[in-house]
Amino acid sequence: MIKILNVQNIGKNYFSGSKKLSILKDISFSVEAKETFAIVGPSGSGKTTLLGLCAGLDRPDTGEIELCSTKISALSEDERAELRNQKVGFIFQDFQLLPTLTALENVAVPLELQGDRQATKKATDLLGKVGLTDRLKHYPSQLSGGEQQRVALARAFSNSPSILFADEPTGNLDAETGEKVVQLLFELNKELGTTLVIVTHDIELAQRTNHILKLKSGSVVENTKLTK
Amino acid sequence: MKEKKITSKMDLSWLFKMAWRDGKASYKKLTLFMASIILGIAAVVSIQSFSENLKQNIASQSKSLMGSDYKIDSSKPPNETVISIMDSLGGPDAREINFPSMVVFPNQDGSKLVRIRGIEGDFPFYGSLETEPIVAAKDYIEKGTALVSATVMLQLGIKVGDSIKIGNITLPIGGTLKSAPGSSSFFGGVAPPVIIPYRFIESSGLVQTGSRLEYQFYFVAKPTTDLDLLSKAIDDKLDDEDADLDLHTTTSQRLSSRYANFGKFLNLVAFIALLLGCLGIASAIHIYIKEKLRAVAILKCIGATKKQTFLIYLIQIAFVGLIGGIIGTTIGLFLQQLFPLFLQDLLPVTIEITIEPQAIFMGVLLGVFMSILFSLFPLIGTIYTTPLQALRIQEDTNSKSSKAGVLVLATIFGFIFLFAYWLLKDFSYAIAFLIGIVITFSILGGIGHLFMRIIKKYFPQSWGFVARTSLLNLYRPQNQTLILVITIGVGTFLISTLYFSKDLLQNQGAIDSKTTRANIILLDIQNEQIEQVASTITDKNHLVIDNTPIVTMRIHSMDGKTVDQIRKDSTSSVRGWVLNREFRVTYRDSLLASEILKSGEFSRIAPNNEVIPISISDNFAEDTTLDIGDTITFNVQGVLMNTIVGSIRTVDWSRMQLNFNILFPKDVLENAPQFRVLTTNVPDEESSALLQQELVNKFPNVTILDVRQILNVIETLLSKIEWVINFMAFFSILTGFIVLIGAVRTSKHQRIKESVLLRTLGAKSHQILKIIALEYAYLGIIGSFTGILLSLIGSQLLALWIFKSPFTPSIIPFVVLFPSITILVLSIGMVNSRSVINNPPLEVLRKENV
Repeated sequence: MIKILNVQNIGKNYFSGSKKLSILKDISFSVEAKETFAIVGPSGSGKTTLLGLCAGLDRPDTGEIELCSTKISALSEDERAELRNQKVGFIFQDFQLLPTLTALENVAVPLELQGDRQATKKATDLLGKVGLTDRLKHYPSQLSGGEQQRVALARAFSNSPSILFADEPTGNLDAETGEKVVQLLFELNKELGTTLVIVTHDIELAQRTNHILKLKSGSVVENTKLTK
Repeated sequence: MKEKKITSKMDLSWLFKMAWRDGKASYKKLTLFMASIILGIAAVVSIQSFSENLKQNIASQSKSLMGSDYKIDSSKPPNETVISIMDSLGGPDAREINFPSMVVFPNQDGSKLVRIRGIEGDFPFYGSLETEPIVAAKDYIEKGTALVSATVMLQLGIKVGDSIKIGNITLPIGGTLKSAPGSSSFFGGVAPPVIIPYRFIESSGLVQTGSRLEYQFYFVAKPTTDLDLLSKAIDDKLDDEDADLDLHTTTSQRLSSRYANFGKFLNLVAFIALLLGCLGIASAIHIYIKEKLRAVAILKCIGATKKQTFLIYLIQIAFVGLIGGIIGTTIGLFLQQLFPLFLQDLLPVTIEITIEPQAIFMGVLLGVFMSILFSLFPLIGTIYTTPLQALRIQEDTNSKSSKAGVLVLATIFGFIFLFAYWLLKDFSYAIAFLIGIVITFSILGGIGHLFMRIIKKYFPQSWGFVARTSLLNLYRPQNQTLILVITIGVGTFLISTLYFSKDLLQNQGAIDSKTTRANIILLDIQNEQIEQVASTITDKNHLVIDNTPIVTMRIHSMDGKTVDQIRKDSTSSVRGWVLNREFRVTYRDSLLASEILKSGEFSRIAPNNEVIPISISDNFAEDTTLDIGDTITFNVQGVLMNTIVGSIRTVDWSRMQLNFNILFPKDVLENAPQFRVLTTNVPDEESSALLQQELVNKFPNVTILDVRQILNVIETLLSKIEWVINFMAFFSILTGFIVLIGAVRTSKHQRIKESVLLRTLGAKSHQILKIIALEYAYLGIIGSFTGILLSLIGSQLLALWIFKSPFTPSIIPFVVLFPSITILVLSIGMVNSRSVINNPPLEVLRKENV
């Protein structure tokens, strides 16, 4: 199988005043294409930082990350942005829709960034797939939490990403809505053949994936492949 | 990645699309920003455009202002050389003698100081004598009538057909004079013009020694004459003969410069309005961009580059700047149409307001430019926002953006300097303005810091919950204390400086009416008349306050160099007026209250057989480049007199009394030909009229200046200027308020989040209200009080350097501005937070997140 994400011995430190905080220590793992992958661990274990590094939102202090066969440490910030636009999708805990754009515009933006002239049509189709045909012109503030996360899902899949990173995708939703969103996420993943990397502390959700990486205090304590 | 080859055209149109999408959803938040631009630009455009129009009108009407192409004037009858020069020019086309004189209106028992203009020839050749009836202007010479200024006719209730007594002659009044070339309405207020035929001047008996006469010869140039060449050819020759050549163009330049102080104030208003506008832009955009940073992080997460995110908001701001610039320019152009309605009486020309394409271009360009420039600082934030912020990870980007920040700051200061230079046309003033503004910002920043430290160090632990929380809010993380103290402080500083300068300008020329200072000044009294004049005054139970001898003289040489040699010396920095002027000099053995000895030693009595030590004023010393110990030889009506500069005095010229550039000691000039000036104080208008009546009848050559009357004229003029000043000041103050609203709004989100939290934890409305009120009150008090104190210093410096006038601070900024701004800050803070009090916590949070 092709490795879509390959993380080798990465470390990351932050400074709190003059004090150095070691957030991630010598982390190595790899994710195969079309795999579903969960990063779990208690609060403060470095899950979100690791997700940010893997998606090229930041650079590790040590080690190397290869995303979609590209070594991201060697890329400039703008090159990393381009990589994200072409290959990566995102889902955030607090949805992170652009508040001043309608649902349709939010979904169209990644396509427009690619110069896709069919952006609006594709975005409309995607919103149809997540069941929001009648909410196209609504602003995020006019949508419920579940609807907002579905718009976020449509946006994440709009550029047909090779890999999708989800940061606590159900963290801000009630159990029922969360379940619907997760179902949709896995369905789309299956349909479009996208690799899925989820950060969560929800063990049930993690167990629905086929690969779990457990972190504790910035280090890997378990790396398990599940047979489904 | 190669799939992404977006053409730059596509990229640009997407950027515009994004800017539009985002902007239309945020238009309410951009209103403050737009308002700041509109007000700032409107003030600048109206003032600049009006000044430009005034200058152009004066220039274009310069021939009508003079009535001819050029004139030769002199305070003496022309000698043979001057006559031969005039003959070589084809001879004058018209001539005039004018002088100030008291006139009597026998029908009304009234007397008045006027300027008599005896005219011969077809003057004016350009423009016209505007009279009522119109025919009077055409036949007054033939019929031998007088044309009397409309002001005098109105004041004294005189009608056409009444008579006027000028010295020994009495003439019928042929018409009311509304305007005449060579008589400006501004300065005509003190001695309004009366035009009579030239042939009556001699018989009036007013042309005698001591009279302040002006001989003027008017010329119409041939179409081929180059006036500048003519000036070069004969000006120096005329100077040598104590005569002057005046071109119509130089007259207009001189007129324009007379409005300099008024113009300086208006420019200051424009400068302050624009600075306030810039401050408004900076604070409004600061809030706006701060709220957009999360969106920037999301955009970056989904693949937008930092250039793209930066450009989206830059385009948005430039567009709002463009719209604001257009609206501001339109309002500015409309406002300038109003100025002439209020100022027409003060201006020497009929103002025709034209819309200058240059003003429109400047206004719109300035709108876009200042929007972009003052938004750059917060906009840089978009470049350094990392996509990580979308993942709830905060990273310190301060160090990265500080270099760019310094660059932006340098550009902003460069802009302020250039703008100040453009308005004031003086390098050192512009630098001083810039330094003043930097110092103000630094002091306010320092005070903000100090305030936080003091609270932290001496925190009153024993205070109740509400008081403690409000104080705590001032220094906890993400507090807005510094930015609010600076913005409120700078806003107050500018508004208060404007108020002080307005006050300062309006106080110029005003006299304390309660003092027992002289209010009637009698000029041109001959030596032999002095006793009779004095007894006329004392007979009416008035006191002769001053009896000042005046001796006229010219400078013959300075430090051994004759006036001619100095004129020809191109390296000499001696000012021209000093060399040409006939000085009125006095002698006495003491200094007056308006004089302070600056350097040297004042000689009361001239020592025997030595060079005479004289005292000169500091401005005279500056213009002659003379210092203590330098020598001056004066030509005292044919006799050369050697003197040495013994002392230099600072003279307060703004006092309405007789002040002198040159002061001789006693025992030198007593026997020189001289005339006298007497001053007295009359209690009321009636006794003033009686005294004037008698003096005019007995001594027609004596000029009477009723200072109270002059004051009235000044007050009328000032009240008219005041309208414009107040209006423009109000305009700037309005901009200042918008800045304050913007500044307070900056902290809105932070405050609301905390208030909602407190609400959730069970805080009652009145507790939250008290916390908010106290916090904003602290900020309002510190910011506005410091701002006013700083403006006191700033205004003192303005008075010293720009207006050159003494400054007595008014109490108004302290008793009105200080509480008003504090209350305003408090009210804006409370209004901003009212949703917390009126709505359930969750609803507030949901609304505020949008």
